[in-house]
Amino acid sequence: MGLEDLQHNFLTGRLEDLVKWARTYSMWPATFGLACCAIEMMSVGAADFDLARFGMEVFRASPRQADLMIVAGRVSQKMAPVLRQVYDQMMEPKWVLSMGVCASSGGMFNNYAIVQGVDQIVPVDVYAPGCPPTPETLMHAILTLHEKVRSDDITRRRGVLLDGRPDTAGLASDQGGDTDDARGPDDDPSRGWTPDRPDAVHLGTPKRNPIIARSVGEPL
Amino acid sequence: MTDTAPATDGEPRPDTGLADPVSGEQYDEPSDVGTETGLIIETSEGAQELFPRTRTEPGELRREVGAVLRLPEGVVLNADDIDVEQTDDETMIINMGPQHPSTHGVLRLMIELDGETVLRTKPVIGYLHTGMEKTAEELTYVQGSTNVTRMDYLSPLHNELVLSLAVEELLGIEMPPRSDWIRMLLVELNRVSSHLMWMATNGMDHASTSMMIYGFREREMILAFFEKTTGLRMNHNFIRPGGTAADLPDGWEDDVTIICDTVLPRLDEYDELLTGQPLFHQRSEGVGNLSAEEALALSLTGPLLRSTGVPWDLRRSMPYLRYDEVDFDVIVGTFGDNFDRYSIRLNEIRESIRIIRQVVEKMPAGDYRVQDKKVTPPPRGRIDESMEALIHHFKVFTEGFRVPEGEVYVATESPRGELGCYLVSDGGPKPFRMHIRGPSFVNLQALPLMMRGGLLADAVVACSSVDPVMGEVDR
Amino acid sequence: MTTATDGDTTSDAPATAPSGGSSMRRRRGAAPEVVFPTRDQYLGVVTALRDEGFEMCADLCAVDYLTHPARTLPDGVAAERFEVVVNLLSLSQVRRVRVRVQVPADDAEVPTLFDLYPGTEAMEREAYDLFGVMFTGHPDMTRILLPEDWEGHPLRKDYGVGRVPVQFKGAPGPR
Repeated sequence: MGLEDLQHNFLTGRLEDLVKWARTYSMWPATFGLACCAIEMMSVGAADFDLARFGMEVFRASPRQADLMIVAGRVSQKMAPVLRQVYDQMMEPKWVLSMGVCASSGGMFNNYAIVQGVDQIVPVDVYAPGCPPTPETLMHAILTLHEKVRSDDITRRRGVLLDGRPDTAGLASDQGGDTDDARGPDDDPSRGWTPDRPDAVHLGTPKRNPIIARSVGEPL
Repeated sequence: MTDTAPATDGEPRPDTGLADPVSGEQYDEPSDVGTETGLIIETSEGAQELFPRTRTEPGELRREVGAVLRLPEGVVLNADDIDVEQTDDETMIINMGPQHPSTHGVLRLMIELDGETVLRTKPVIGYLHTGMEKTAEELTYVQGSTNVTRMDYLSPLHNELVLSLAVEELLGIEMPPRSDWIRMLLVELNRVSSHLMWMATNGMDHASTSMMIYGFREREMILAFFEKTTGLRMNHNFIRPGGTAADLPDGWEDDVTIICDTVLPRLDEYDELLTGQPLFHQRSEGVGNLSAEEALALSLTGPLLRSTGVPWDLRRSMPYLRYDEVDFDVIVGTFGDNFDRYSIRLNEIRESIRIIRQVVEKMPAGDYRVQDKKVTPPPRGRIDESMEALIHHFKVFTEGFRVPEGEVYVATESPRGELGCYLVSDGGPKPFRMHIRGPSFVNLQALPLMMRGGLLADAVVACSSVDPVMGEVDR
Repeated sequence: MTTATDGDTTSDAPATAPSGGSSMRRRRGAAPEVVFPTRDQYLGVVTALRDEGFEMCADLCAVDYLTHPARTLPDGVAAERFEVVVNLLSLSQVRRVRVRVQVPADDAEVPTLFDLYPGTEAMEREAYDLFGVMFTGHPDMTRILLPEDWEGHPLRKDYGVGRVPVQFKGAPGPR
């Protein structure tokens, strides 16, 4: 008696293929809509460009339940630690799709306030260009990501290649990678980039303002 | 509220230095000042030290409650009148955002809760600060629209319009009538699409997810028309100083009429879906109340101001473009609650459709942009024929045109309120200072008032009712 | 509309109405009046305007004139580095007025308008954040748009835009 004798109700396949199939077709996005791209992302989730046919219409608010983070919009310096924190709270396997030129490279805002590319903060799998990318572009990016998942190794961990070497492809040149994005020279090259405050973000205490203190009569 | 330190041994009470900034009366310093440390709350903005309610000065209390200007004469708000029975260790400060599922962008709210009731709130913004006003000083006036259009990304044409109006005022040029009418058409269509988007997200905040899906239906039709006309669905960069980038495409009347004919009956469907529901009424009537005095004191404009009963709409009171030549009503509410704002926006869609139909009838023929070669580029076809046209094209797109020295403040009525542009020019091709008065930035100040005393679920709806777009809040 | 203080004169600038007919100007009638009080007169002038019927403060912003000190100002107004510009709106009389105060760089403080117009709270915080102009008496004079520990005031003219040089892979090299 072997598999040939079983008539119906069984589907066989390699474990890898089944896991990848499950991951691809129920990849739940986390809501990370920031700016104009968020509106296009919502349009993709709506009826005209339906995202539900890919199993992705449930945008999970909690990062614990999400697989895919679509960074839709410009990331400001104040938002960067929040982005990293949400990314860290997601559980493996997780993917990042950088939507729009502002998330991919800073876009048209090459100034003090915008992080020049979200890959400075999180590793990105797929970049979707456009300002904002039309819903078709976003869907193409999502399908590209699906292809990537289907053709990838299910045990691959982010930041580490198959033979254990660190994955430096997306890192800056002073950390062993091959991109020229501006980085601090003090970052430890062997560990890849980590935010300098990886746990809960501590912003500065509002400093006592001497002028206000004087005007309300409080001691300095 | 303050424990007055008893005067000891007949000595005069010391001058504590704490004075009411308006009336100048001195307060007695609480006896426990300096010795008591406040509750240290560790937030992601650093350690915030919160003191017990008993230490709140009447001035600060008044500011919180928002009744600074409109007290009857001779009455001072007594802290004992405030019905806060809990002591501080029974209230909880929670953090909502900046990443949260309500679709209003990266707004963070620090909310002090007593159980489920909201006491005080602090909106924290800046998570989308893009330095657009700084970037604007690096871009020429022709490129300026690309920058401004991304501020209020739900109604991008309004931003472009206000910048173009400011530049044209400084230039002192005469606009051809067709360009005014084209701008009006596009801006009113944008108002419709923005309000439809608002209805979708507002419905979802009231937990009507079907409204979210419905709201995007007609919006897609309008965006398709925009794509046909301007080339992009969003962030069009179409309304430029001097006119518009191109003329309307052939057959635009039919497209626009189809849009108008489709939106109106579907609005009645949405009316029935939401207004016909008793649950919707219960969740929005009486919630998020504002009074006219509070609204004026906080500089609120747009549907927030009109919901309190003040009939102020810049299109009617200080008309720009050709709003004095079209017929429309200004929708005014009565109670200043969420339901009023919902009705105002719903009916503003209807009024905008009315305006659009009149624009279709009255659109004149003519130039869509000023024929001043120093300001607008020549038509592409002429570049091959005329050397002068080539040079002007080159100058306009590389160096930009120079705007005479001066300063101007121009305001229009965007779907959110008074959208203003304060432009200072030093005679060069780039703005010296461009400041956009974003209506959402100012309207957000109403949030603590609207949320006070309500439940946490109402906080979400209050936030939605203000209709903030964080792009123009943070710029 | 004047504020009489000892010795100082308020100069009411004439209405700035350049010739021409843009769609704004033709429809709106007279252009708004611009008033140039000194720092000491500022609060008094705004209070007087509010009593005159300007119910709403539409906008408050600051401008840094470091690179353009020779701007046109009426006689008797000493140009300083910063200017705080307040746009007031009267709904009952349907008109606007603009108040421009000169603020020196070394002593960049102005009284707050919060007690007259609570809606200026956020606007003044923004002006402080981006320019470093302090508003005395403001209930919460902290940064609003930038992170709390940011150093510098970005919209000042001596603060760079912060461009990051962009290099394209495969580009032939610096031109």
